[in-house]
Amino acid sequence: MYKVVIGLEVHCELKTNTKNFSRAKNEYTNIPNVNVATVDLGLPGILPVVNQEAVKKALKTAMALNCTNPDEVLFDRKNYYYPDLPKGYQITQVTKPMGINGSLKIVMNDYEKDILIHQLHLEEDTASLDHYSNYSLIDYNRSGIPLIEIVTEPCISNSEEAVKFLETLRNIFIYCGVSEADSKKGQMRCDVNISLMEENAKEFGTKVEMKNINSFSNVKEAIEYEIKRQTKVLESGNKVIQETRRFDDDTKQTYAMREKVDAVDYKYFIEPNMPPVKLTKEYLDEIRKEIPKLPYERYKTYIDEYQLSSYDANVLVKDKEIADYFEAIIANGINPKEACNWVTTVILGSLNKLEVSLEELFVTADMLSGIIKLIEQNKLSVGNAKKILYRSMDEKISPLTIIEKEHLSQIDDDEVLRKFVNEALDEHQDVVNQFKEGKDYVANYFVGQVMKKTKGQASPVKTLEIINEEIRKR
Amino acid sequence: MEYRKSTILDLRKSLDNNEITGEQLFEEANKLAHNYQNINSFVTIIDKYNHRKSNSILDNIPYALKDNFSTRGILSTACSNILKDYVPVYDATVYKKLKDSGALLVGKTTLDELAMGGTGTTGNTGIVKNPWDETRAIGGSSAGSASCVALGITPFSIGSDTGDSIRKPAAYGGVVGFKPTYGLISRYGLFAFASSLDHVGCFTRSVLDAAIVTDIIKGYDHHDMTSLKSVGKLQDSINDEVKGRKLFYFKDVCDPNNYDKNDSELIEVLNKFNETIDKVKELGIIVEEVEFPKELLMALYPTYMAISCAEATSNNSNLTGIQFGPRGEGNSIEEIMFDARTKGFSEFIKRRFVLGSYILQKENQEKLFKNAQRVRRLVVDRMVELFKTYDGLIMPTSGTIAPHFEDSSDKLSDKYLILENHLVIGNFGGFPSISIPSGFVNKMPISINITGNQNNDGLVLNIANKIEEKLGYKGIIAGDDNV
Repeated sequence: MYKVVIGLEVHCELKTNTKNFSRAKNEYTNIPNVNVATVDLGLPGILPVVNQEAVKKALKTAMALNCTNPDEVLFDRKNYYYPDLPKGYQITQVTKPMGINGSLKIVMNDYEKDILIHQLHLEEDTASLDHYSNYSLIDYNRSGIPLIEIVTEPCISNSEEAVKFLETLRNIFIYCGVSEADSKKGQMRCDVNISLMEENAKEFGTKVEMKNINSFSNVKEAIEYEIKRQTKVLESGNKVIQETRRFDDDTKQTYAMREKVDAVDYKYFIEPNMPPVKLTKEYLDEIRKEIPKLPYERYKTYIDEYQLSSYDANVLVKDKEIADYFEAIIANGINPKEACNWVTTVILGSLNKLEVSLEELFVTADMLSGIIKLIEQNKLSVGNAKKILYRSMDEKISPLTIIEKEHLSQIDDDEVLRKFVNEALDEHQDVVNQFKEGKDYVANYFVGQVMKKTKGQASPVKTLEIINEEIRKR
Repeated sequence: MEYRKSTILDLRKSLDNNEITGEQLFEEANKLAHNYQNINSFVTIIDKYNHRKSNSILDNIPYALKDNFSTRGILSTACSNILKDYVPVYDATVYKKLKDSGALLVGKTTLDELAMGGTGTTGNTGIVKNPWDETRAIGGSSAGSASCVALGITPFSIGSDTGDSIRKPAAYGGVVGFKPTYGLISRYGLFAFASSLDHVGCFTRSVLDAAIVTDIIKGYDHHDMTSLKSVGKLQDSINDEVKGRKLFYFKDVCDPNNYDKNDSELIEVLNKFNETIDKVKELGIIVEEVEFPKELLMALYPTYMAISCAEATSNNSNLTGIQFGPRGEGNSIEEIMFDARTKGFSEFIKRRFVLGSYILQKENQEKLFKNAQRVRRLVVDRMVELFKTYDGLIMPTSGTIAPHFEDSSDKLSDKYLILENHLVIGNFGGFPSISIPSGFVNKMPISINITGNQNNDGLVLNIANKIEEKLGYKGIIAGDDNV
C-alpha cells in the first residue's frame, strides 16, 4: 500500500457583468464571438482596465477560505504563445495573489479535515478553440472572463476527499454569490496533481498532473485510475514519470501528454499597465460584511443548537437557498426539528417532483411557517396541511386563501365536535356496546366516523377526548 | 500669412478672421505632404478633407499622427511588415480627442519599426531624411512627425517617446518636442513598446503651441488606468515670472574639458550650451551645476535597454498573424506563428525581442530585469531629491547635430554615452520633458532640454517658453529658405 498525495488547482469563472479587463459582457452564450471588445482580441494599443467587481469577488472568496489578503492589488503577466491567448500573455497574479495560506473544512462520513489552501488568485480566461479535421475556429467570448484559481497544498489523501473538497468549495462559491460554478458550462474546472509514496517515506513521490477535468465524477475516476496505474508502476519496480496526463471521458483512463511540466518558463513580470491599488482596512471590512454565514458554520449550529442529525444538517446546508429558507422558518418561531421535517420532506420533495428551484417555488418560508403554526394550534391536520401546500404550489394561490375558500381549517370547537360525536355514537350502538365490554380501542372507529362527517377537518386529538367523555355517559 | 511658417495661434487668427478656410489649410498641407515625399515623412497621406466642427482652438488646424496610433479605418502599420496591411477597428484616445476638437489629420507619419530605434531609418517604408540636410538622419523613432513639423507641412504633430523618441528627433529637426508627465495623456491606442516608459507627446514650432496641443489631448481616460485626472490648463501659467527659478545641469557631462579637444563639433555644442546658460541666467533664473553619480549615469542606457526590451517582447507577443496581420505558413499552429514572426520583423527588432526574452528568463530576471528596475528607482529617487531644490534639469538635448546616415546606428558606443542618453531619465521618472531649439552648429539645429518633476508640466513649459523667447529660435523652419 502506498500513501496517496493529491493537490488540486481549481479554476472558477466569476459571475460579473463584464469581463475582467474589458467592457465586453461576461455572459454564457452559444453564439460565437458576440461578447468581444478590442481588449479581448489583443489588438495593438489596447490597455487592460480591471473590473472592480471581479477584484471584490476574488477577495471575498479568499476571505471565505480563511486566506490572508494582500496589502495591494497587483497583477502579473504570464507570457506564452498560443492561439487561444490573443495578447500573447495572460494577466494573472503571482507576486501578490488575492489570498494566501487559507483553509477549508470538509466533513467526511466519520471525520472532518482541514484542506489547506496555498493561494487564490484572479486571472483571465483564454478564448476557446474548436478543432476540426483541417482547421480550427476561435471563439473569443471566453477570452478575458474573470477566473479565480485556487491551489491547495498537497494534503488530500483520496478521491472521496478530493470530491468532497470540490463540492464544499463549489458551495462556498455559491454561498458567496461569486459564481454559478456550473461545470456543465465549463465554469468550474480542475487540475489534479497526484503522487504516491511509501507509507513512511519522508519525501513526496514523483508528481503527475492531470489538466482540465471538467466534472467532479471525472475527478474521482481520474484519481482512482491514476492510483491504480502508479501503484502498478511502483510495484513492478519502475519509476513514475513526471508528466502531464489527459483523462479521457470515454475510456475513463489517463494518457501521457507531455513530460516535465516545470520546464516551461512563463517569464512572469508585473503588469505595468495597472498601477498597484492599496487595499484599505475599510474596503476589506466592507467586503467581509457581505459574506453570509457559511455552510460549515450553519452545519455546526444545526447540530449543536437545533439538535438535528448530521444527515439532516448536511441536506439543509448543501444549498444556500434551502438553508436560508429553513432559517427563515425558524426566525418565524417554528421549532427547528419541525421546520427541518417540513423542508426536507414536502419542500425538497416538491422541488424534485416539479423540477423547479426554490426561488421558483410558490410556497415561501413565511407561507409554510403559517401552515405549521396552524397545525401547532390544532387548527389544521397534518394531512390537510400537505394537501393545501401541494395545491398552493400547483395553483399558485396562497395556502391561507385555500383554507378560507375551502373551509379546511380544523374544527376544534368542543360543541361542534360534540354534536358530530353524538351523531356517530347514535348511529353505531353496537360499537358503543363493544367499548362498554372493555374494547377501548374501538374509540378510534368513532374518530374515523367524525372525520368522515367533517371532511377531515376535525381535530383528531380533541375528537378522541370528546368521544371518551360522551361514550362514558351512555 | 505664410502657412508653412505659421504657428497654431497664427492659423487660429486667420481662420477666425475668415482670411482662410479649413479646407484651404488642408489642401495646402496635403500639397506640401505630397511635394516633400522625398523626405519620407508619411506612410499614409490623407487626401480627403474630413472635419468634425468644434469650438476648440485646434478646429480646422492640420496635424500629423505617428503611424503607431490606432486610427479606425485608416492603415496603421507602425512601419513593420507584420502590420503592413493592418486597418484598426478603433480609435486611439489621442486621435479621438483631436478628431473631436476639429483638427485635420493630414497623414500618418513614418517611424522606426514599432518605435524601437532612434534613427528614423528602420521603418519598412524606408529612411526619413532630415529636411535641414538630406544627407543626414532626423533621428527617431518619431522621425516623420519631427520632419513634417520641421518642414511646416503641419504646425504640430503627435509622437510617442519611450527613451527619447520625441525629444531627440525634435532636436535634430529644429522643432519643439514635448512629452508630459506619465499618464497626463492616455496611451490607449498607442501601440505599446514598453508600457512603463511609453509616453504620448507632441511636436510644434513654439512652446506655447506645445501647451495648446497638450491641453487638448490630456486628461483621464477610462481606457487607461495609468492616466491622470486632468489638472488645470497648461497654457495659463506659460507667461509666469521665472525670476528666481532654479535649474541644474550635470557638471561633468557638460564640461568641454572632459572631452576630446579634436571633436570640434561636440566642443561647439557644449560651448553653445554654456552660452545658452548665460542667457538663461539673464532671465533671473539661477542655474547651478550638480554632481550626479557617474555610475548611475553610465547605467542609463543598459538599464533602459533591459527594461524596454523586456516589456517590448511581451507587448508585441500579440503579433502572431492569428488575429490580424499576414498569416504565416506551416503544418502546426506553432510553425504558422513562427513563420509570421520570422517574416514580419526585421533583424533589428528580433534582436531586441531575443534580448528581452533573455532578460525575463527565470534564471536571469533577478540579475538583469530586477536590477535594471532598481537602478531606475535609484535614478528617479535621486532626481526627485534634486527637484526639491531645483525646478528642473537643463541639458543639451544631444551632444551632436543630426548624424549623417552612414554614422547613424543604434549600436552601443562609448562615445558621449551620457550626453546621448540622459533623456531617458524623463521616461524612467515619467517627468515632463521638453526640447527646444537653441541655435545652430554647422548649419544644423541644436537644442536644449528641460526636465521637471512629475506633474510640474505647467512650470516646465513656462520656463521653456521664457527661454525660447530669450533665445529667439521660435518658429525656425527647414526647407526652401534655410538659415
